[in-house]
Amino acid sequence: MKLNELTIKQSIEGLRSKKFSSEELTKECLKEIKKKNVTLNAFISVCEEEALKQAKRADKLISENQEALLLGIPIALKDLFLTKGIKTTAASNVLNNYIPQYDGTVTSKLKEAGAVIIGKTNCDAWAHGSSGENSDFGPTKNPWNEEYVPGGSSSGSAVSVAANMCIASTGTDTGGSIRLPASFCNVVGLKPTYGRVSRYGIIAMASSLDSIGHFTKTVEDSASLLNVTAGTDPKDATTPNVRVDEYSQDLDKGVKGLRIGIPKEYFMEGLDNKIKEKVKRVIKFYEKEGANIVDISLPTTKYAIACYYIIQPSEVSSNLARYDGIRYGNTRMEFGSEAKRRIMLGTFTLSAGYYDAYYKKAMKVRTLIKKDFDDAFKKVDAILSPVSPTLPWKIGEKVNDPLKMYLSDIFTVTANLSGIPGLSIPIGFINDLPVGLQILGPNFSEKTLFRIGNHFERSNKNGL
Amino acid sequence: MKINVKHVAKLANLDLKENEFDELEKQLSLILSYIENLQELNTEDIEETSQITGLKNITREDKTEPSLSQEEVLSNTKSKENGLFKVKAIFEEQ
Amino acid sequence: MDYKPVIGLEVHVELKTKSKMFCSCLADYFGQKPNTHTCPVCLGLPGALPVPNKTAIEWCLKIGLALNCKIKNFSKFDRKNYFYPDLPKGYQISQYDMPFSENGDIDIKNKNWSKKIRITRVHMEEDTGKLIHSYKSGEESTLIDFNRSGVPLVEIVTEPDFKTAEEVVEYLKKLQQIVRYLEVSDADMEKGEMRLEPNISLMIISDKSLPKYKAEIKNINSFKFVEKAINFEIKRQTEILKSGKTPIQETRGWDEKKQITISQRQKEEANDYRYFPEPDIPPFKFDDKYIKELSTQIPELPDTKNTRFQKDYSLPYYDAEILTRDKKIANYFEEAVELGLKEKIEPKRIANFIINRKINFSEIEPAAIIEEFKKGKVENVDNIELDNILDKVIIDNTKAVSDLKNGKQEALMFLVGQVLRALGKKADVNLIRERIEKKIK
Repeated sequence: MKLNELTIKQSIEGLRSKKFSSEELTKECLKEIKKKNVTLNAFISVCEEEALKQAKRADKLISENQEALLLGIPIALKDLFLTKGIKTTAASNVLNNYIPQYDGTVTSKLKEAGAVIIGKTNCDAWAHGSSGENSDFGPTKNPWNEEYVPGGSSSGSAVSVAANMCIASTGTDTGGSIRLPASFCNVVGLKPTYGRVSRYGIIAMASSLDSIGHFTKTVEDSASLLNVTAGTDPKDATTPNVRVDEYSQDLDKGVKGLRIGIPKEYFMEGLDNKIKEKVKRVIKFYEKEGANIVDISLPTTKYAIACYYIIQPSEVSSNLARYDGIRYGNTRMEFGSEAKRRIMLGTFTLSAGYYDAYYKKAMKVRTLIKKDFDDAFKKVDAILSPVSPTLPWKIGEKVNDPLKMYLSDIFTVTANLSGIPGLSIPIGFINDLPVGLQILGPNFSEKTLFRIGNHFERSNKNGL
Repeated sequence: MKINVKHVAKLANLDLKENEFDELEKQLSLILSYIENLQELNTEDIEETSQITGLKNITREDKTEPSLSQEEVLSNTKSKENGLFKVKAIFEEQ
Repeated sequence: MDYKPVIGLEVHVELKTKSKMFCSCLADYFGQKPNTHTCPVCLGLPGALPVPNKTAIEWCLKIGLALNCKIKNFSKFDRKNYFYPDLPKGYQISQYDMPFSENGDIDIKNKNWSKKIRITRVHMEEDTGKLIHSYKSGEESTLIDFNRSGVPLVEIVTEPDFKTAEEVVEYLKKLQQIVRYLEVSDADMEKGEMRLEPNISLMIISDKSLPKYKAEIKNINSFKFVEKAINFEIKRQTEILKSGKTPIQETRGWDEKKQITISQRQKEEANDYRYFPEPDIPPFKFDDKYIKELSTQIPELPDTKNTRFQKDYSLPYYDAEILTRDKKIANYFEEAVELGLKEKIEPKRIANFIINRKINFSEIEPAAIIEEFKKGKVENVDNIELDNILDKVIIDNTKAVSDLKNGKQEALMFLVGQVLRALGKKADVNLIRERIEKKIK
């Protein structure tokens, strides 16, 4: 196996037992980036010099028998994560020359854990998108079939891991922006509970919906990475002071006795039949393994997209107001068409005469959506569903139909509206394109999600 | 639902071209028609959710920490003068 | 047709916390090198998040309590969205429909009248950066300093209960005194620590309903311009109304040099602020127990202290008012009184001493004053007595007074001599000199 194909766990073991160095590992990843990035366009910035410096430093610490959770591991960051001294663009021409004056909290935590920051990944500009096609730096391609979208908005981060250009990567999930590309690229994607991971230093999309997560090759890796990023932050007032679990603790506990809910609204018309069949087979697997499968209903589901596409653009329109070109960046004329669309929509839904009918109404519907989950989690420990109603589509197919694009978020937005965590794991291929399974749980139940996901992963090395 | 795109663009501080106005109006109309489905729901006695953390009274102690240096603050603009950001003259009076 | 002014006030008070409202930058921006006290939060950098200052909120609540407001059990911050170069985030974090406190009142008075002003609300928000006009190499531009951005501001809004500029001045003096007593702000208008925006309109005296327009006046930067600006605006509106027209609803700026108000068309367009709850800051819940506890921390306020001094120390209103103007002096006085009790020195004599002499309070301890009394070196000069003598001397010596007005300093010495003679006892010469100059101005 080539070094860049390793997982975090394998890399840590290899580095500790001195089988290879961080410099070698990083160089392999950089080689892969040089080979593939021209076509896949997963990276906006590659930090070759900085990364090698960090790798050498990690090697020195390893030789001194120092330990840290990610010591020497090459990790890529979605280009919404501010990195001091390293260009951070949000994949937009508005910030194509912005060099941040500070590191965000998660970036600092990763660095403190010894990670090697290998580059900044491409994404839909400002995280506005579900396909990876809205970047001002060109679309990112799906490594499984370059004619297809990798999913968005964390497109580059998903691809960077799927194509083994790095060992793990970070992303943001506001309406499915980690879970969707994870499922389209055959990698593990985690959207933690809202507030579990600090948003300080990450370009805000929709403040009450943004969740900070990551992509890994295995569920086990996802758990160990969460142990680095999770925790309350005095710089982010929306991070509760909830104890950080030992997320790997329940990985091998299996699913016996767990009550798993199957929401009927997520299996109705509009869902590709082949995806439905595959997910149903996975559910059967869990049932066989001892889980209690429970039919549940989340009745407000059909209003979730409308609710989301009012609240999110409203907050976006306000969060993007600071980009006026005075203190940094270029003028507002450089905003792309999707950004302009969302700013206009959000400004309208907050405006005088419309606030009550739109924003206020959506906030009430949000209460109902949250209540759906609160009620469900009284009966079940977790919920399973598809991630996407369709398989990955061809690049350019939905680009001229914004509403159609928005509807691809139908199974993912509910987790953001209610704040709950969601894990996307690969469950196989259909027509040679990856399919993912979504595992949802109550707030701060990431340990259970990993448990359920890991059980499938361990027992089905090639999916179902 | 027809949006006054010119008015909204002004509120949003977006300088749009004529052809952009038309296209945006069409697209936004479509999106808004879809969003209208929320009106089907009866939410009369439902409270609004604006915060999903359930947190209350989060504050910080009144202590100071080092600020950015003037150089760092101005590092991302070419339009500056004597340590200040510079923009086109703004006149408050007629 | 007779018109009467209808004036409501919006006053912003800058709190003297150590750090800013939503970040840990130094809040004391006055005189600092530009853009040296900012951080990602108050500079509006991408990714920055606000975290509220605990002390600032407590102080805002205390101001509310001092103004007899009801502290709300539930409150929150909201975003006020608009674009202006001094507003780095493109929105100001403020409070809209659920402010920290509401519905209070304040008593204001003068020699000839007293009245109650209703306080609509007291809420918290953040300050903007500062704009400076520049003219360099033939080019005009605006320069921006963000040191002030994010400094905590308390906004105090009144009902339109004011009828005259004089009432407004008394209100400002009282408000300034209260926040100084609370030690939450120095409220120095010239330093921008207290800012006034009156809303002025006129109504026909016989009318029952309020006028349908109002003019908001900005840029009144010192006490001395308050009366002038308001009276100018009243006159301006009166003339428009008398000509049969209605004044426009607009924002106007006070021009110090020209001593007039000028229309500020730029700011006037009805701004739709699109308020919505601030998603980055969780809401606030204050239970009655907490509010009660907080109210015990409010010090004795000026009016109460004044009444108590009159009662406890048998002082006339005039003396009590002077002694309670500044809390430090009031405390000094009481300390001296307590020491004086043992020596059987009456509070009135101590009051006279403090009022009639120029004392360097920071250098001379109350105990030292009591020593002076014990040595028998203190003459008893009653404040009202002195004031009456000053008035009489000025009336009786018109030539000397006009000489003084024309700059002849010897005339001053002469007048002081006259006062001392009429007084018949020793008194502080410097103080008398000052009092004469003040009366003549």
